[in-house]
Amino acid sequence: MNRKFITFSRILHTGVVNFFRNAWLSIAAIAVMIITLTIVLFSVITNATFSNTVAQITAKIDISVYLNDSAPQAQVNQLIANLRALPNVQGVSYLNKDQALKEYEQQNAGNTQLIDAINETDNPIPATITVKPNDLNKIQNIENSINQSQYKALIGQVSYNGSRKVAIDRIAHATDILKRAGIAAVIIFAVISVLIIFNTIQMAIFNRRDELTIMRLLGASTWYIRGPFVVEAITYGVIAAFVSVLMIRTLFVASSSALQATSLGLLDINYAATYFHAHFWTLLTLQLALGILIGAVSSVVATRRYLKFKTSK
Amino acid sequence: MILLDRVTKTYGKVATPSLDRISLHVEPKEFVIVVGQSGAGKTTLLRLLTREEKPSSGKIIVGGIDYDKLKDREIPLLRRKIGVVFQDFKLLPNRTVFENVAFALEIVGASNREIHATVPKVLDIVNLRGKEKRMPAELSGGERQRVAIARAIVRQPKILIADEPTGNLDPKHAWDVIKVLEKINHYGTTVLLTTHNQEIVNKLKRRVITIQHGQIVSDRAGAEYKI
Repeated sequence: MNRKFITFSRILHTGVVNFFRNAWLSIAAIAVMIITLTIVLFSVITNATFSNTVAQITAKIDISVYLNDSAPQAQVNQLIANLRALPNVQGVSYLNKDQALKEYEQQNAGNTQLIDAINETDNPIPATITVKPNDLNKIQNIENSINQSQYKALIGQVSYNGSRKVAIDRIAHATDILKRAGIAAVIIFAVISVLIIFNTIQMAIFNRRDELTIMRLLGASTWYIRGPFVVEAITYGVIAAFVSVLMIRTLFVASSSALQATSLGLLDINYAATYFHAHFWTLLTLQLALGILIGAVSSVVATRRYLKFKTSK
Repeated sequence: MILLDRVTKTYGKVATPSLDRISLHVEPKEFVIVVGQSGAGKTTLLRLLTREEKPSSGKIIVGGIDYDKLKDREIPLLRRKIGVVFQDFKLLPNRTVFENVAFALEIVGASNREIHATVPKVLDIVNLRGKEKRMPAELSGGERQRVAIARAIVRQPKILIADEPTGNLDPKHAWDVIKVLEKINHYGTTVLLTTHNQEIVNKLKRRVITIQHGQIVSDRAGAEYKI
């Protein structure tokens, strides 16, 4: 058998054997990793859910531009083209007077009196351009280009105005904070988790520093000593990743039957569950990658100091 | 085989060195006993030979390897050539007796077949047959010592360094250990033994080096214990 292969299989074997021989230490380390990885996973899902909520709110908000009946079609088309070209615009739709009337009738289908009243006069509903913004915080540029003097004569009224404008701006501000807070939470939890896991593995290795120095004295190579510790730490990471994903999964299954509500405060549980199930494999892979990476890096770093040779004279 | 030329070792900023300009030459296949009181510098001498410590000054050459030219990554290779029985055994606490001895062979990449053929023989020599699956914590002091010896000799090193290998043993077992050392010396291994045991020194009639206050005060063949 190839010598390198023998060494490699021994490192794997020793890592697994040590994992079981240090069962309590392993369980403690895994428990810590499960908790931290679960928090990270939870914050990722929460962040995605908040983003979705923000997107839903944004989707409901648009700016309607009501045109004067006298507006020449060529200029109207030009305004539409201009608006479409703006960077923050998701879409622009145009309804001429007839279409606008139809839509109005549909929206108020139950109110026969109102519809009768409208039909008695010549169509009072103005042609309408509806602009959907991408980002509520950057509505200003849309407003500016609507208010350009060349179009003044075309436009009767703009919905982004007065108290409605104030409300939209407030929503924009709130969603912006929500988005930032979500991202910040993910980053903070991830960093804290990395530190806690690193510390846990470092303590586990500190407990066994004698082993490291003994192996060093007997002439074992750096990787022959370090390898099993890395294998062990990676095992922690893999188990913790699976358990954390499983725990979140169970949580969603349990909550969907236990909770009648579809949301907890701002958190849309339905969407969170959908997001989790839709991205199950991606999230599992990410958790595994995180667990393996932190495990491997921390064990390499933590073993380093016990493997150094004396250099002082 | 072992050559020390005016080797001095001072720990930290202590005024008196642990070893003071020691010069020493040990031939291949020689059996040398180093005696001296606690703190005389015996263990420091051994720690220099295993390159656990670097000398403050002086030259060390062991088995043709000049320690001044030794790179860090070559230290493991050096240590594999030297068998060491440590005063405090230094057994791996999470491994069985068999695995502790096998470890010395594993790190040089020996095959499983070699390991399973060699380890039982060595355990026979040190009288530990039947205790292969015990953990170090389940063994008596003397048994642990013998595991340490088995581990040191299993690779059939060219040089064996034994730091007080009879320290925890009753006279009968102590002699068993000495006989093992004599046997492997007989097969060609250079042995460096430190001991406090006057009786052993006197009966062995080998070269005795006496260290006092970090200096060699006597170095005579076939000598008796005298401090």
